[in-house]
Order: sequence, then C-alpha cells, then structure tokens
Amino acid sequence: MNTANNPATIQFIGEHLLPGNIGYILTIVSLVASLVATFAFAKAFFTNEIKEQGPWQRLANIAFVIESVCVFACFGVLFYVISNHLFEYKYAYMHSDKNLPFEYLLSCFWEGQEGSFLLWSFWHCVLGLILIKTSKKWKQESFGTLMVLSFTQFCLATMVVGLYFFDIKVGSSPFILLRNEMNWPILSRPDYLQLLKDGTGLNTLLQNYWMVIHPPILFLGFASTAIPFGFAVAGLLKKDHKWVTPVLPWATFSAGILGLGIMMGAAWAYESLTFGGYWAWDPVENASLVPWLTLVAAIHTNLIYRKTGGSLKTTYLFYGISFLLIIYSTFLTRSGILGDTSVHAFTDLGMNGQLLSFLLVFVIPFFLLFIVRFPALKEPNKEEAIDSREFWMLVGSLVLFLSAMVIITITSVPVYNKLFDQKVAPPEDPAYTHNQVQVFVAIIIGFLTAVGQYLSYKGGGKKGGFWKAIRFPVYIAIVLSVLTIIFIGIQYDEKTVSFQVNLYIALVASIFAVVANMHYWLVILKGKMKSAGASIGHIGFGMVLMGILISSSNKKVLSWNTTGINVIQKSPDAKNPAGNPMENITLFEGIKTEMDRDKKTGNFNYSVTYLRDTVDELDKKFFELKFVNKTGGMAKDSFYLYPDVLKNNKGMEGFSANPSSKHYWNKDIFVYVTSFQDHSKEDTIQFKLHQLKAGDSLFYSNGYVKLEKAIINPNANRPAGSNEVYLQMTVHSKEGLVYNAMPGIKINGQEMSMVQDTVRAQNLILSFNGVVDQAKGILNVGLKESSTLTNLITLKVYEFPFINILWMGIIIMTIGFGMSSYARIKQLKSA
Amino acid sequence: MKKSHIILLVLIAVAIVVLISYTGDLSSYETVGSAKQKPGKFLNLIVKMDKSVPVEYNPVKDPNLLKFGVQDSLGGRIMVVYHNTMPTDMEKSERLVLKGKVQGDVFECSSIVMKCPSKYKDNPEANKEQPVTINN
Repeated sequence: MNTANNPATIQFIGEHLLPGNIGYILTIVSLVASLVATFAFAKAFFTNEIKEQGPWQRLANIAFVIESVCVFACFGVLFYVISNHLFEYKYAYMHSDKNLPFEYLLSCFWEGQEGSFLLWSFWHCVLGLILIKTSKKWKQESFGTLMVLSFTQFCLATMVVGLYFFDIKVGSSPFILLRNEMNWPILSRPDYLQLLKDGTGLNTLLQNYWMVIHPPILFLGFASTAIPFGFAVAGLLKKDHKWVTPVLPWATFSAGILGLGIMMGAAWAYESLTFGGYWAWDPVENASLVPWLTLVAAIHTNLIYRKTGGSLKTTYLFYGISFLLIIYSTFLTRSGILGDTSVHAFTDLGMNGQLLSFLLVFVIPFFLLFIVRFPALKEPNKEEAIDSREFWMLVGSLVLFLSAMVIITITSVPVYNKLFDQKVAPPEDPAYTHNQVQVFVAIIIGFLTAVGQYLSYKGGGKKGGFWKAIRFPVYIAIVLSVLTIIFIGIQYDEKTVSFQVNLYIALVASIFAVVANMHYWLVILKGKMKSAGASIGHIGFGMVLMGILISSSNKKVLSWNTTGINVIQKSPDAKNPAGNPMENITLFEGIKTEMDRDKKTGNFNYSVTYLRDTVDELDKKFFELKFVNKTGGMAKDSFYLYPDVLKNNKGMEGFSANPSSKHYWNKDIFVYVTSFQDHSKEDTIQFKLHQLKAGDSLFYSNGYVKLEKAIINPNANRPAGSNEVYLQMTVHSKEGLVYNAMPGIKINGQEMSMVQDTVRAQNLILSFNGVVDQAKGILNVGLKESSTLTNLITLKVYEFPFINILWMGIIIMTIGFGMSSYARIKQLKSA
Repeated sequence: MKKSHIILLVLIAVAIVVLISYTGDLSSYETVGSAKQKPGKFLNLIVKMDKSVPVEYNPVKDPNLLKFGVQDSLGGRIMVVYHNTMPTDMEKSERLVLKGKVQGDVFECSSIVMKCPSKYKDNPEANKEQPVTINN
C-alpha cells in the first residue's frame, strides 16, 4: 500500500465505494463459509453414527449454500463494477474501457487472474450444489467429495481475498482501489476520477467472441475434475471403492467439457492469433491438454475396474493426477514462471508462494495417502487375457498417461531452470519434438480406439468371432485409406522420411478408428442411441486425429513471394536457420497480384487484389481483398476476405492482426495482414526532368527506365483536330521485371494536357513534358519516384485442407461424452 | 509378472528414452560474445534493439527481409538478419529473445519473441511507474 496518498485526509469526489465494500465482505464470508463447509462435511464423512451425521450434514449444506451465494454475488458485483466503468477500481481500470461492446465486458472479467479465479470458484459452487442435490444414494461418497471440493473452494477464496496476515499478502482482491495501488501523483487529487477519462481497455487479442465463451467452458472443465478427485480421495480415506460407479457421469462430463474448452481455445488461436494454426504446443496449451489425457485414461481404467476388478490402483492414480495437473497448470500459467517460453501466460501478481502452497497442499497429502493405501488396493491376481478388452484398454490408458507425462515434463523445463538455476532453452523446433513422439501415440490410440469395442471383457469370445465382426470395417477402412492417400496424401516432407511414414500410418489408424466405431454403432449396436455414447465419442476422436493429421501436414503457404526473381535468389538455403519463410506477399492497393504458382503447369492458382480499406468506429482497420480462385486453369470463383488490424492498446504501439478465412467444404483459405503502410497523405515530391532520345535510358532507385519510341496519334477515336503524342517506355526493375508505361501529351487547339503514367509496383510516375530539340529527337521526360504513391500491405495466405473434419470431430466427440454421461445418470437412477 | 506390468515397464522405458533424447535437442541462451564463438550452432540470444543502427525494412522491395542491430546486456553488438516481416511494435519492445545461428558476422534469426512491457497483460510493476496523461 502506498502512504503518499493519505485517503483519510482527502475527500475524493465521485467514488463508488459501496460495491467494493460489499465485494470485500462477500469474499471474506465465502472464505469462512467454505472453511466451515470443509469441516462439517469432514465430520459428516468420518462419523459412523447416523444420528450425528444429520446435523453435520445440515450445517455443511447451509455453509456450502452461503458460500455459493457469496461467490455468485461477488461475481455480480465485479461485473457491476466493470460494466458501469467504475475506474476507481483497479480491475475495471486495468481490464476494460468505455468503448467495449457489451459482450466483451465478460472477457474483461476473466482477463485478469482475480476474475478467472472467481469464475473457477463459481463453477465449483454450481457443481457442488448439483452434487448435494443428486447424491441421495451415494451420501457417504458425496460427503467426502464435498469436503475436498469445499477445501478447494477455501484455497480459491484465499486467492481473491487480498488480506494481509502479518505482512504477508494473501491473495489479490478484484476490489482494490486504483489509488491504493498506484503511485501516480494525480491519484492524490480529490477530483482524480474526472481526470481519469477511460480505462486501459481489454487486450486487443482478447476482443474476440471465442474469448467470451472459451474461458467459461474451460474453467467448467477445470472445476469438474475436482469431483472425480474428491471421490477418489474419499475412497482412499475409507478404503471403499464403491464410488467408481457414481463418478462415471461426472468424469465423462468433465472429459467432454474440458476437451471442448481446450479446442475452443484452439479455435480462438486459429481465428484470432496469427501463428497460422490452431495448436502450437505452447506451455499454456499443453498444461490444459495433459489433464484431459490423464482423465480419459482414468475413465477407461475405471471401466476396467467395474467390469473385472482390475486396474484399481491406476484408476485412483489417474483421477488424482488429473486434478493435480489442473492445479499444476494453474501454477505454471499464473506464476509467471513460463516467462520466456509462452506468449500467453497471466501476469505475475506476486503470489508465487501462495500458488505453490495451493499446489503442494493437494499434491503431498494425495500421494502420501495413495502410498499408505497402496497395499490395500486389492486387484485380482489374475493374468489379463491377451484377447480381452480390458488388456488393450489398459495398454491404451497407459500410453495416454505416459504421453501426458512426456508432454508435461518437456513443458516443465522453465520450472527445472528455476529450481536448479539453469538456463536451458527450448530446442530449435519445439513443435517437432512433440509431433515426432505424439505421432506414435496417435497410431497406437487410433488402432486401439478402432478395435477396442470389438473385444469382449475377460476375453475368450467365440473363436474367429473378432475377425468376423471387424472384417467389414477393415475392408472399408483399407479402401478409404487408399483413396485418401491417393487424393489427399501427406504433403509434409520437411522432416525425416520415417516421420512422414508415421504420419501416413497415423492417418490410416484414424480412418480405421472412425470406420470401425461407425460400424460398431450402426451394425452391431443396430444404431441404438442408448449405449452409443462410447462409439460416437470414439468416432469424434478419430475424426479429430484425422483432421489434425490432414490439415496440419497439408497446410500450404499460398503467398510464397514469387513476384521478384531476385527475391528467390536471396532466399536462404537449407543451411539457413530461417529455413525459407518467404511467406509474405506484397500487395499494392488496386493492383492484382498472382499467387501460388502451380509446379506442374506454371500457372497461378489464385490472384488477389487489395481493393480498399475502411476503419470502423472501434478503430479496426479492415482490408477488402478480392480473391479469384483459378485452380485448374479456370477462373472458378471469386470471393472477398476482410482481415483487419486493430491498434494495440495498453500502452503498446503497433497493431495486432486478425485473420480472416474463406471456408470451403474441403479447405480453408486463411489470410492475415502482416504489415501495412498507409500513404494516403499529400504527395510533395517534385518531378525531375531528364532529356532523352529514343533508345536512351535513365536510372531510378530500383532499376532503369528506357524510352523505346514516340508514337504519334495511336488513338483513332481522338476528337477531330486534336493530336496526341505518347512515349512508349519500359521500366526494368532490379528484380528483372519489366513494366510498360505510356506517358503522353494531348493537344487540342490551344489546349495542351499531359497524361501521366504510373508504375505503381515501382512507385514511379512518368510524364512527357515536351520536345526539347525536334531535329535531334531530344525529348523532355519527367520522372517522379515516390514512396507515398500507394497504400500497400504485406499478406500471408495459408490453405488448410479438411480442417472441418477437426472441428466436426470435436463436436461429435463432445456429444459422445455427453451421451455417455447421460446414459450413466440413467443407470444410476435405475440401479 | 503380469503382461500388463511388462507393458508398463516397456512404456516407461520408452518415455524415459524419449525424454533423454529430448535433452539432446535442447539449446541454450548465449550472449553475443559467446554466440560468436559458436558459429552455426542454434542458440538463443536475449538482447535489446541497438538504436544506433537504423532498421532496414522495405516491404516494397522485399517484405521478407529485415535487418537490425542488437545489443546484449554486456554491450556486445551484432547485426541480425530476419527473413520475415518486421514484427509490429518491435522497436518498442524492451527485450528480444532471438533464436537462430551466427553465420559470418551476422545473426541469422529464425524467430523473434518480443518482451513488451505488456505483451499479454499489464505488468503491474511497469504500470506503477507509468505517468497518467491528464487531459482536462
């Protein structure tokens, strides 16, 4: 806190202190209530006396409801502060401004750490209330779960409480006043609110509709992993494993929502960021993917345990570690430890110690408990049959788990650096290090997803029954794979041959997964919806794999800069670390530029014209680009794209670009502006006059201009009695390109007018200024070189083939998880 | 020993091998001086823009060529060649993390990570010092 401004002595004008005070009280009440709920649920959980249980249960429920009401109200108050632009609050000042459209006010809410902690807490409350309401049959298990959930809520409440305990700041409140945090001199003036015209606004990159919806879904996914974790902890404490049944709808729901939330983030990255893709193996992305992998593994081992009694230990471990990885990812993204390695982590709020405690307070007790209980987790000492479903499900789960461990270990390099004071940097191609490993995971999981349901639990189906059932989908998959490989293939050949082969195998595996699960659902389950969740989820998963493999490995740069021959010569060779990223094409306003030369025919597949630009009321600058698709030699269709740039806020100079895409059924054309130069200002440069004869040339900065010959009256339709003289000139640029120009003079009686000609691509204007010496043929030619001739942009254009398979796969997979969850709820009710 | 245990051990072994081979791919952070000692080796430089050298970038001639000078905290200077467009607000960034190799007397850069005072979020520390513009 700052002592320079003494709030006690100054009467500030126009402040709204009431919402903040209410907010403070609400956070403190929720902190206390969650602690009471933890204690009361623990009492209800551990007591063996039915008589005692009732009162504790009532107290616990009341405390949980009070806590939830406080969190909801807190949510409302903070939204009130933001939407009413109460800039006396630091959170509103830092994360919003008055120009934001209403929907983005929600994005402001979760731009900062405090708001996103509240969001997380909000979902815990919702889920907890549902659990309280629905767990009549599984009371014991739910008490333990709610105990863990309430304790998690307590920890989250400490993150936003913003109190000092013996000089140690605990949490960071969203309701702190700007004048208490900042040392700005004006904040000590009583009328500072009149001077503080507007907030610093929402980061331009987050002003995207995905950012309204992605964080709530992702945090619901985060929050929902706490329920299976709670069940597992309760199970360990009581050595009672009946929870594996009621946990299933929660776990499938959680995996569905978490997967959806992650991929919505990918969709945001694809639509709004400009790294040209949807996944970059960024630490922040990895940190949310990894718990999803372990959660999916946990659901599968859970099914094994229910059917066969095996895989109990892995079920406990996987559910436990999924939630712990969520907290670990919270630690990574919010502590600032990722620093140099991630572009989108939260700002360090100076709460590293608290975040680390939050992590350890769950990790240490869980593993201690797990180790203590390990001998008590009895599994049948029987060998799994090699032709049994559970054997291969276990293999798949272990592969998912270890894949998750590899990803998180690599992602944790910054932590290792911090712990051991090392300075290890990521490898040259960090995405490839992941891809070359994970392609094997895709292959194994793809094939297992395909065959899994055709095997029966405990093995020993009818002899030859497996092959009989799966024969048909195998044939179909072979045919489809061959067709896909012939017509689409895997164009990506920048790495080793074996990597390309692996990509092909993974593609075949993913096709097999889709076909086999469709067949299983439609033929073996006869298309029944009741038990179709698994099949549909697996179809979606197969499509996700397929979509990733096809779209990423066939991603094509359309904007290879082929306009200047010389540019290619300068292009770096294979030894250059920059590779060959000549991916930007320059467009001049109004000039059609050809793009994407076909290797076989030498024709260009697309042409693009930068028509104009406009600025909307939010200062977004839209570029209107006209594309003509000439693939196959014919001018097939033309379309318009409107990529935009938005001036950066938050004290940053420059612009952030928003891509725009044309969606075909089988591909996306993905475009964004990498830089632009606005030259609509007044041009003050003068013409320079040169005396030339036919055949003479004169130099300009980027080449030379040659006067070929003078042409008299080339235009037959000129007005009677007038004369025209044109100069046929050629402009030769350094890059070896030749442009024609025809400046001229029109004489109509006493009137003489000059016709200038411009070569926009070279920023040249030529004029014919009359004859100097008729006998010798010396002419006066004006030349103006101007950098302010025309607006220009540089553009990147990518083609993503079949990316829709990925997005459809996500939707179908989420539906599959939802159906499974619904079917499990039905089972619980009828059991 | 159960089959599943054998598979588990094999998978763990594979994971460990993968991680060990990963350590071989890791690179390092260097100063300009130490980077010049290792020409051709892929490495990371943490530098800031050298304002005494003009930035060369002309998208009319070649949108994929950017040249600029940098300076590290020890005062070592080097020219950087980057075959891509100029990142927006590069000149404003406090710190650049460059990936690439020293080739000859220039640093051939393959990627630039900018550390702005507020790349993604406000840095509260930076904002504490920031004067407010009074517009009354």
